[in-house]
Amino acid sequence: MTGLLPARVIGQPLERADGMAKVTGTATYAAEHPVPGLTHLHPVQATIARGRVSAVDTAQAEALDGVIAVLTPANAPRLASTEDPELAVLQSDEVAFRGQVIGAVVATTPEIARHAAGLVQVSYVEQPHDVALRPDRADLYAPDKVNPAFPTDTEQGDVPSALADAAVRLDQTYTTAWYHNNPMEPHATIASWDGGDLTLHDSTQGVTAVRDTVAPVLGVAPERVRVICPHVGGGFGSKGQPHVHLVLAALAAKAVGRPVRLVVTRQQMFALVGYRTPTIQRIRMGADRTGRLTAISVDVVEQTSRIKEFAEQTAVPARMMYAAPHRRTTHRLAALDVPVPSWMRAPGECPGMFGLETAVDEMAAACGLDPIEFRVRNEPERDPETGRPFSSRNLVACLREGARRFGWAHRDPTPRARREAGWLVGTGVAASTYPAGRIAGSSVTIRFGPDRRYQVETAAADLGTGTWTALRQIAADALGVDYAEVDLRIGDTALPPASVAGGSTGIASWGSAVLDAAEAFRDKFGANPSEGDEASGGMPDNPHTERYAMHAFGAQFAEVRVREDTGEIRVSRLLGVFAAGRIVNPRTARSQFIGGMTMGLSMALHEQSVLDQRFGHIVNHDLAEYHIAANADVAELEAHWIDEHDPYVNPLGTKGIGEIGIVGTAAAISNAAHHATGVRVRDLPITLDKFLS
Amino acid sequence: MDADITLTVDGQVRQVRVDTRTTLLDALRDRMGVTAPKKGCDHGQCGSCTVLLNGRRATTCLALAVAHDGAEITTAEGLADGDGAPHPVQRAFLDHDAFQCGYCTPGQICSAVGMLDEARAGHPSAVTTDLVGPVELTDAEIRERMSGNLCRCGAYVNIVAAIQEAAR
Ligand code: FES
Ligand code: FES
Repeated sequence: MTGLLPARVIGQPLERADGMAKVTGTATYAAEHPVPGLTHLHPVQATIARGRVSAVDTAQAEALDGVIAVLTPANAPRLASTEDPELAVLQSDEVAFRGQVIGAVVATTPEIARHAAGLVQVSYVEQPHDVALRPDRADLYAPDKVNPAFPTDTEQGDVPSALADAAVRLDQTYTTAWYHNNPMEPHATIASWDGGDLTLHDSTQGVTAVRDTVAPVLGVAPERVRVICPHVGGGFGSKGQPHVHLVLAALAAKAVGRPVRLVVTRQQMFALVGYRTPTIQRIRMGADRTGRLTAISVDVVEQTSRIKEFAEQTAVPARMMYAAPHRRTTHRLAALDVPVPSWMRAPGECPGMFGLETAVDEMAAACGLDPIEFRVRNEPERDPETGRPFSSRNLVACLREGARRFGWAHRDPTPRARREAGWLVGTGVAASTYPAGRIAGSSVTIRFGPDRRYQVETAAADLGTGTWTALRQIAADALGVDYAEVDLRIGDTALPPASVAGGSTGIASWGSAVLDAAEAFRDKFGANPSEGDEASGGMPDNPHTERYAMHAFGAQFAEVRVREDTGEIRVSRLLGVFAAGRIVNPRTARSQFIGGMTMGLSMALHEQSVLDQRFGHIVNHDLAEYHIAANADVAELEAHWIDEHDPYVNPLGTKGIGEIGIVGTAAAISNAAHHATGVRVRDLPITLDKFLS
Repeated sequence: MDADITLTVDGQVRQVRVDTRTTLLDALRDRMGVTAPKKGCDHGQCGSCTVLLNGRRATTCLALAVAHDGAEITTAEGLADGDGAPHPVQRAFLDHDAFQCGYCTPGQICSAVGMLDEARAGHPSAVTTDLVGPVELTDAEIRERMSGNLCRCGAYVNIVAAIQEAAR
């Protein structure tokens, strides 16, 4: 096939360009930028879940040596826009969730700021709060759309009749827990004003988005705001949009007339920087005697906050995964007195594919079919929702290749049939998918520098994903030069704008713009440019977007061991095979896949934010009690991919790989746990008590 | 209350004034501009702040600076030699891409260096079966000994591979 940029540097497993800086700890993260005259902010958080701040006594805090200012709703500077209630900090005395910021202390040292924050006395008028997510709530509502712009509900054919007529039926409810992104680098902002110009060192997945969101809130022109972020210590979605701390830092810096640093504590992150809603998924399926699905119905209930809506698109993967003539999907929300939910790695697909892929495993068993064979039998020829052909769809190839590598062929499907020294051993499989998209709005400038090197500039982000390396590889091929001849600059709004690193769209979006800029550069200056020659490009429209359904696919295989007497569960093997278009850098790509799978394992076995409904408070709000997988939780874990040539997704042929690794992992593990024990766990996390009841 | 202390950080003797509440981590990061040790939790729960403190791995967020007057500290930055050549553990992390965002990485590397010394000295871990003989660094041993260092990017399998290589 033609059309794709020929790969020369693309496809090489180059070492990370920022690797040395990271292993020596000299890469600079947001809170680490040296800024003269820095002051330190510690927020004061609400200790009620709903009500009003009636009085704030700041006298004791203000009396402390080193305290510069105590900000409250009464004395904080006014924002130009309070349209986004999440960002409208200290603009009213209303309390909408426990942990909301209701004050702030700025001091000369972090120790003093923290001490003083504890001395601020807040009185409240409390109102009854409601934080209980239940599927039988009378006030569930249908949002206008689900994230980012999918229809809330869909319906094809006649689901009730198809279910009634089905030879094999399933009607089960699956739930996923409340999850917090917990990137290892806490969110942090340093805000400094110079007259009307604001500089923000912020830990973000998109400096351009931060600038464009925050400027109107503060009432300054975007061109007077500069956001800088060369390195991000992980984000997984929580740094995809600005959260309250960013505005608070800027507001406080304005108020005190000095640069302010705000580093969100790990505990505060559980209230202030987003999370994934818990989901309740009722899934019904019908199949004929040969194991062909006739109906798929997914009804999702989840939460949002009372002050700002975020609707996770949990049922969306059920719209395109399997063929079935009758299909319906719905999303309903409960608006609660809880913190604002947001993006977390693979919103929609991640929780949605836990329910769907566990249900598919149950259906396969009910039809007496191997779960791989069942999936192959229900492979759609076209996108079931739109009728469009897939630009490429290699789910079956991933399942087959995974089965071969994993050693699936000799599996005895009987549950609870394999015992090894007190452990019940089982294996399971699940499919994975993620949309292959791009986000408009990026531009790239290429300049021929004095040292005869090409300077490639765009405000893109590297949150560990490898952008510093991969984008440079793309630029080298786009210009037809060596990797070593290219310099890359990213992570600064002083550079041409770039779309956010989210939705696995980064490389496809920025890379397309690099290609466009390189073409413009060569058109203008040919192969022998002179110093200072410069050309820019953007992301051209892709006419194929309207004609094809574009998704990456994968297959996840798991082997688990469950201790027969205690129910302890360990994942002894995980193996993923993915079909995600062209892989730009196999070394960093592999890290993205295994990182996603590891987070999926963590979701399957450990993660769960526990809400105390009496107080509206996440009680396990630190890394000792909110368990994320540690080294000893991960045994054998492999990621592979198949060569996939997709000439339609974009001129690079890439599909995006940051999220697909987490999709389906938890289902593969729960399916393996069922195979091991005969117990079907439909509620995450898969903890030992669930095998013992 | 402030106190003046002396620390040797990556071979340099330095004086620093700290609040008596200042942790060793904050003394390094905020007062001395030494930002190789990272703050992931401030509660001894993640390992990002690990350095070699008088030769042994330690979480600096759990140490008060004033209690470590005179201490010798090696950070990930100090493990590399002055000419910019990485320490063998750092080289192995690069070779195996044992990180993504890099935020846990300086702590992982200091922890790995300290852990390899512990294993060489015959210290057993929770998964060691032979408590008297030399420690055989199996993957399970490395996983166990490195489980105080969380990596949200999920680089564990690469971290184990890197440490295996460095241990050889
Ligand atoms: S910052 Fe010290 S252990 Fe987390
Ligand atoms: S590399 Fe990101 S947390 Fe370990």
